[in-house]
Amino acid sequence: MAEGIKDKVAIIGMGCTKFGEHWDKGSEDLIVEAFTEAIEDAGIEKKDIQAAWYGSCYDEFNVGKSALVLSRTLKLPFIPVTRIENLCASGSEALRGAVYGVASGACDIALALGAEKLKDTGYGGLPEMSTTLGTKYRVIFPGISAPGAFAMMANRYFSKYGMSVEEGKRVLAKISVNSHKNGAKNPKAHLKRVITEEDVLNAPIIASPLGLFDCCGVSDGAAAAIVCRADIAKGFRADPVSIKALQIGISSGEELGYTEWDGTYVESTVRTAIRAYEEAGIKNPREEISMMELHDCFSITELVTYEDLQISPRGKARNDIEDGFFAIEGKIPSQPDGGLKCFGHPIAASGLRMMYEMYKQLQGKAGERQIKDPKIGLTHNLGGFPQLNVISLVIVGL
Amino acid sequence: MKGIVSYGGYLPLNRINRDIVFKVMGWLHQATYMKGEKCVANFDEDSVTMAVASAMNCLEGFERDYVDGLYFATTTSPFKERRCASIIGTALDLKSQIRTADFTDSTSAGTSALIAAIDSIGAGSANSILLCASDVRVGKPGSSQELSFSDGAASLLLGDDGVIASWEGYYCVSYDFPDHWRTENDKADRSWEDRFGREQGYRKFIPEAISGLLSKYDLQQKDIAKVIFPGIYPRDHALICKKLGFEPGQVQDHLMTVMGNTGAAYPLMILISALEDSSPGDKLIVAGFGNGSDALLFHVTEEIEKVKGQKRGVKRYLESKRELDSYEKYLAFRNFISTEGGIRAEAIPYTALSLTWRDRREILGLCGTRCKKCGTPQYPVQRVCVNPDCGAIDEMEPYRFSDKKGKVFSFTGDMLAFTPNPPGIYAVTDFDGGGRYWFDVTDCDLESMEIGMPVEISFRRKYVDERGGIVGYFWKAVPIRL
Repeated sequence: MAEGIKDKVAIIGMGCTKFGEHWDKGSEDLIVEAFTEAIEDAGIEKKDIQAAWYGSCYDEFNVGKSALVLSRTLKLPFIPVTRIENLCASGSEALRGAVYGVASGACDIALALGAEKLKDTGYGGLPEMSTTLGTKYRVIFPGISAPGAFAMMANRYFSKYGMSVEEGKRVLAKISVNSHKNGAKNPKAHLKRVITEEDVLNAPIIASPLGLFDCCGVSDGAAAAIVCRADIAKGFRADPVSIKALQIGISSGEELGYTEWDGTYVESTVRTAIRAYEEAGIKNPREEISMMELHDCFSITELVTYEDLQISPRGKARNDIEDGFFAIEGKIPSQPDGGLKCFGHPIAASGLRMMYEMYKQLQGKAGERQIKDPKIGLTHNLGGFPQLNVISLVIVGL
Repeated sequence: MKGIVSYGGYLPLNRINRDIVFKVMGWLHQATYMKGEKCVANFDEDSVTMAVASAMNCLEGFERDYVDGLYFATTTSPFKERRCASIIGTALDLKSQIRTADFTDSTSAGTSALIAAIDSIGAGSANSILLCASDVRVGKPGSSQELSFSDGAASLLLGDDGVIASWEGYYCVSYDFPDHWRTENDKADRSWEDRFGREQGYRKFIPEAISGLLSKYDLQQKDIAKVIFPGIYPRDHALICKKLGFEPGQVQDHLMTVMGNTGAAYPLMILISALEDSSPGDKLIVAGFGNGSDALLFHVTEEIEKVKGQKRGVKRYLESKRELDSYEKYLAFRNFISTEGGIRAEAIPYTALSLTWRDRREILGLCGTRCKKCGTPQYPVQRVCVNPDCGAIDEMEPYRFSDKKGKVFSFTGDMLAFTPNPPGIYAVTDFDGGGRYWFDVTDCDLESMEIGMPVEISFRRKYVDERGGIVGYFWKAVPIRL
């Protein structure tokens, strides 16, 4: 394996807007907010930034193509700015661009910013899938939605492990209850209501077996990170957060085109995790990881990710969920900020929002949600469907 | 010898009891009452998709390359200009070097197309013609047509080898008879007084054609095993048979009570149901009705025994049904009421027609590829093999999935994505013999879905783009019907 990215780049500043239905704000407003917080946090000025990566997914419904929206909104002075899009992992991809840019020596200080304005479509949920699939797949794909694609994984999972739908849904409900418990303590979260398992189980079905409370919030928001060479990071602040691993993995198409995959896990996560742990030098993730922000677009996604990341044994995540292993006071607190479920999910901002929470937790600045003395944080950002996806894993520590 | 080589039927799964319709609309014209039930094409079916379904039933066991021509008969073409026979031929993955024609504008189109097909074979210009007749007929809410009109399809494979019913001749009468008509702007038929159509048309033209046929070929009533014609006016149907001198046992059930008037497909559908019960040596007369009448004569051969018991024809489809218990849903399916689909429903993107043309075999014909190195079937078309242990490049051969069966790998019922008939059910499907793809699932209730459920593939309307005048046809999974 190549040498990797470990400890070559550090995050010295971050910003994140409140996520939610910002009827009164556009992408530009959200970009300025996240950016302002990030440079103030880093203690730098705009002119110190040498390159920028901008993530936005739904350009059709948002600000259009190219990185011009970022450069023009922030008046970035003719520096290289790149827009990237890799579905819901776009925010993590922006971070990867900035981190790799710095690691390559092409620049010393770089900006990664992700923003998404979803509430200008006129309907709930993500934009209608056929509008985003391209000219061929819109004709030959079924009428899928994100919850539907993940619901199919829930049905497979229940079937493989012999759970009735009622039994399976109760396990999933505990995941959402945990996220709501954490999200309720987060002033920047979209959904701040404590819920019960009964609330989850009685909610209307969105895509069977998943109900409303199995699905994350659809929100507007932006998040940003300032990264720099690790060896100069302490010149900006005493507690920079170091990148230990940053890996992306993307489907080859065999999940949906070949018949090996059994539909109860995400192949890209499994493979990307192996690479990320190797890059970070993690031998036993269940023991070494202190906390996680997982891509809980749906409750079932969070459940299988526990297993895909080798935290829980195959088919046994249920036991850890029921034991409170992932609760804020548990062994590996997950979704301490409320996750996509409650913090909300403005697509291209989410990967950076997850990192924002890990960064604040490592610095001991997570307020009411502070986890005791965390050492290693992991973010898992998933774009697409269980059957076709982009996975990003970032591991960070002080 | 030329004649019918194979037959196939198709009735949509949905039936509506006429009492349900009459209960809602009977206040308008109480005299419209009719008992029984009628077939209702699902929201994603039209005359083209049902023609494909009946053709697949007909072609089971035949090489698709056997077909030299395709004639399509309908009064409810989805297009004023676009040859439906060509759409059907592409969906069936027939070779391109075939003759095609659409026969339309009369409920006699089915029998007229049959005569033309036989003539083509007789003239030596084709060895075989596939004839598909299909209609989705709508009557205005509250009309007697609404109760009698029905949806269905029939296909006949006509050729000169392996004939199960030989062609013996025909007798036609043609009149510009104004019992009903439809202009290019009309959604439903207009009609003159019912009694006029019945007494001056139905009661006259059918006897004229049938007795003309009998005398043309010097036949007696006793020579005929079955006389077959639409039961548009059931009481008059019996009267005509009696007047013509046929015993009740010689009269083929017209299926009006259990099926309804399926227009251009109607005479062929009841001909098929007669063939299903026929014996070698039987002489059959089938007559159509519309702007006159075509009467045709067939002689059943020994070959009929070979197709008996196969899952072919009309009768099994008659038995395979689901009650549509909502008249309002029926109205919505046929666009008589406009429903709220929300802004999602309007988010239909344009169709790249150069792409759908380029990939027509893949999209309309559901042909993927199979790797010649490792044998893995794959959809959509791939150039690099999807098998991770193979990965061969450009070692593919075409592979047709539309005639393969499969099993549900996983599924969901989606209340978020737009569909005119929620929940939108879709499933990842593993094909018997290899290959995996995901499809919308139709003709199915969510409650009956389960992992491992056997499915087959059915040609359907996937979307309709009203702005662009585009009907997006593709394939969906359905529970195995027969």
